Amino acid sequence: MAFLDRTARSLLLSELVTGMSLTLRYFFRKKATINYPYEKGPISPRFKGEHALRRYPNGEERCIACKLCEAVCPAQAITIEAEPREDGSRRTTRYDIDMTKCIYCGLCEEACPVDAIVEGPNFEFATETREELLYNKDKLLANGDRWEPELARRLELDAPYR
Amino acid sequence: MIDTVIDFLLNDPIGIVILTVIKALALLVPVLIGVAYLTYAERKVMAAIQLRKGPNVVGPFGLLQPFADAIKMITKETIIPSGANRVLFVMAPMLTFVLAMLAWAVIPMNDGWAIANINVGILYLFAISSLGVYGIIIAGWASNSKYAFLGALRSAAQMVSYEVSMGFVLVTVLLCVGSLNLTDIVRAQSKIWFCIPLFPMFVIFFISALAETNRAPFDLPEGESEIVAGFFVEYSSMSFGLFFLGEYANMILMSAMTTILFLGGWLPPLGMEPFTWIPGPIWMIGKICFLLFTFIWVRATFPRYRYDQLMRLGWKVFLPFSLIWLVLTAGALVAFGWLPNA
Amino acid sequence: MIVDFFFYLFAAVLLVTATLVVSARNPVHSVLFLILAFFNAAALFLIAGAEFLAMTLVIVYVGAVAVLFLFVVMMLDIDFEQLRGGLQRYTGIGAAVGAALIVELIAVFGGWTLAPNAEKLRLSPTPANMNNTEALGRVLYTDYIFLFQAAGLVLLVAMIGAIVLTLRERKTSKHQSIRVQTQRTVAETLEIVTVPLGVGTNESGGFLRPKAPEPEPVHEDAGGHHGHH
Repeated sequence: MAFLDRTARSLLLSELVTGMSLTLRYFFRKKATINYPYEKGPISPRFKGEHALRRYPNGEERCIACKLCEAVCPAQAITIEAEPREDGSRRTTRYDIDMTKCIYCGLCEEACPVDAIVEGPNFEFATETREELLYNKDKLLANGDRWEPELARRLELDAPYR
Repeated sequence: MIDTVIDFLLNDPIGIVILTVIKALALLVPVLIGVAYLTYAERKVMAAIQLRKGPNVVGPFGLLQPFADAIKMITKETIIPSGANRVLFVMAPMLTFVLAMLAWAVIPMNDGWAIANINVGILYLFAISSLGVYGIIIAGWASNSKYAFLGALRSAAQMVSYEVSMGFVLVTVLLCVGSLNLTDIVRAQSKIWFCIPLFPMFVIFFISALAETNRAPFDLPEGESEIVAGFFVEYSSMSFGLFFLGEYANMILMSAMTTILFLGGWLPPLGMEPFTWIPGPIWMIGKICFLLFTFIWVRATFPRYRYDQLMRLGWKVFLPFSLIWLVLTAGALVAFGWLPNA
Repeated sequence: MIVDFFFYLFAAVLLVTATLVVSARNPVHSVLFLILAFFNAAALFLIAGAEFLAMTLVIVYVGAVAVLFLFVVMMLDIDFEQLRGGLQRYTGIGAAVGAALIVELIAVFGGWTLAPNAEKLRLSPTPANMNNTEALGRVLYTDYIFLFQAAGLVLLVAMIGAIVLTLRERKTSKHQSIRVQTQRTVAETLEIVTVPLGVGTNESGGFLRPKAPEPEPVHEDAGGHHGHH
């Protein structure tokens, strides 16, 4: 009986039919693809995207040129030069991130004592030339101004776990 | 005026040539557009089965994607490897493409709608489809590359093997029809399509057609995961495009052949209303599309055969099975007096 | 007129390619020319009205036999220098064989007479109301059935001979039996074993893979003196 069963199954190609019916069912299922430039998947608050330098609400830049981020950066993508400003506070004169070197590990963000350098939710910053990826202080501060609401929200959501 | 033109086309020797060219174009242009959209359909169907969306950016629903691909292909640079045999290297894709087009001469889309309604139509189709292997072998040899050569050898052995059982399937059908003419074969199915009484042969023919067109799960000559792209690994630009067109045109051709042999060609499933309201060519195209969908469906379902398994299936399963079924069919036809020309 | 033109065209191409088959340096080119020659021969058959023969020629010779020729010839690794060296050495023998063949051919053509009814046969190649496939079948399966069957028998013998010559059963060759593979069940092949903590598999008796047909009771004996043979 088992022999008959097996023979009948193999003659009727039951395995092939099972496989084909499975793929046919999947054919009519809802698709998993999202329509990317128009739809985007959810992003975790911990998502490590494009860098930004944040400011205090009064407009003063947060960075105090402690150079911890420069020291911790495993890819040595960050370059900082600093000197006292006219009012005596210590500030950076130069804050460069080479985005082509950066590995988006987020250590700079974790090292920062004042939450100045952060990685934001933006991942769409492709450029046409390599030079555009060598970010300077102006670019990073501009990023901070542009993304501040998202950055603040992100830090707030992730704060309980830090 | 119109009368003289018609008279010229039908009776003058030059007119007949012009008329034939017009007929060929009327068939081949839709076939080529069909090929273009078959590539689109393949990507869409495969995507759907894998829960993706497939091309949907170029044009509405991605419908202009084939043309975008074609333009890309044409504007790329043709590279001929330095060690290649130049003449044969250039000739091989053309051969593949021309052979895929050539066979359409005898395919009837409706009763009497064949460009050449020859007596030995089915043999012609079989001959042309068995020639398809040359484009592949020549390409593989002329490329002077290991992978291409391996692909060519696999293809040669595979096509020769599966042609044998395909031949037996053809003979079985021909026994039931009593004619080698494709139109006669379809007409003989007006009572019942051959896929019902000859169902096992239909399955064998379809699987052999997969092997004959080098489609998954028998795509060993390409085998992109083991021999890169097989016989066309050295090809680029439009010479690659011609191989691509040839392969898909062959798929359509094999579907048309299966339709004519087993699915009653242009005949509706039942010879009564409302089925007869739909004209024959629509039925024919619909059946071809169904088979093409199955080609893609099979590709999305099954993994590639190992080479020795492929040979085993061809020689140790299909060949004896089709031979036995041929003898049984012949016996039944004689025993019950069903022979068509008796 | 048009038919004549095509006849001479195909015949000329046939002769040229046939010559090239012999004279081409590269054996692969030779085979390709041979294929072209087959094609032109098929075209000549078509012109003569023998459509079945033409298609059979293409299917059998071009579609199958020549593919295998090409298959073999492509894999040849030919040293042309060596070939030329051989040519000089065997010139004498080759010339002698060629001369003998020519003499024989002259003898054959000298003694050739046409059959008395040959002209009549030529004028009625196929009976009326019958396509030539059917006509061929009627001749082949009635008058010449014995020869037809004998030819088939010769081919069968050749096939069996080829298989006998090449088929070698080697003990070492790995052979896959798909029937056995697909009939395996979980119970036959899978064994769940609870391995005690801190004890190696060898100490607890060792495991045989694949599972031995008649498993002996596993001894607790760590040394395994009475172990499996």
